[in-house]
Amino acid sequence: MVANTAPQHEAVLIRRILAGEPELFHELIRPYERLVYVTILTMVRNEAEAEDGAQETMISAFRHLNTFRGDARFSTWLVTIAMNEGRKRLRKVKVAAEDPLEVLAEEKEGDFTPAVLTDWREIPLEALERKELRQKLREAVELLPEKYREVFVLRDIEGLNQEETAAALGMNVTLVKVRLHRARMMLQKYLVPYLKSEVPGRGGFFRRWFE
Amino acid sequence: MKLDCKHVWEHISGYLDQQLDPALLNAVQRHLETCEVCSAILDSTRNILVLTADDRTYELPVGYSERLHAKLESVIAQSRD
Repeated sequence: MVANTAPQHEAVLIRRILAGEPELFHELIRPYERLVYVTILTMVRNEAEAEDGAQETMISAFRHLNTFRGDARFSTWLVTIAMNEGRKRLRKVKVAAEDPLEVLAEEKEGDFTPAVLTDWREIPLEALERKELRQKLREAVELLPEKYREVFVLRDIEGLNQEETAAALGMNVTLVKVRLHRARMMLQKYLVPYLKSEVPGRGGFFRRWFE
Repeated sequence: MKLDCKHVWEHISGYLDQQLDPALLNAVQRHLETCEVCSAILDSTRNILVLTADDRTYELPVGYSERLHAKLESVIAQSRD
């Protein structure tokens, strides 16, 4: 999640960096180290590549800081650079992997059937502590078609608000909402079976066995 | 306003983001009170978002921050030349 850094404080830092105190750049980017890394990671699906990309993003931001316009959020600007860096790397490694969750993405936006799991509420806390579930979630996010994944990453992983997400992706807020909803529903549908299968003793399997 | 399940599903995201207008919010809430299926879908989606926002889901590589700042250090030093 992105730290809540006051834009005024950032504006002061940026002015001072440009006026001859470049070492303050360390402080400026500290709240966004995670944002930049995860943004690229979810695109390139490789940790070393993501770390390299994050470094390049920050270096590029440093070198082009004088082109940053104060009317945008610094975080939004940084995300745009990170996404460009991610795309560049994707082209390089030619990860033209298919998006299997595309199968779940019906053509008509908004018309989507979520998966039903009536006993979810009885297990959430232990489930959320499980490492495997976090792994499954990362997999599912990687499988999302790009147009849904980019919105989900910025809104729900990075915690950017709707307006910031729309600005970073160059789209309007309505489209952000529609795609975010679709992304969440696809993930819900993908993840529910893993939750179900790891909750034994709820009757289903064994009851059928003994009846 | 009376909603069926399919309509409620369309508003799950808006509900979680607290963006529904009062009339719609009320209709969704009334539906959720009596519909096990929809409230399970809502809870599972909410829990996925809790998991998503958990820093442990996407962990930074060990030493990532140190390497990043060391790299920046050298770039900043060059910029002074």
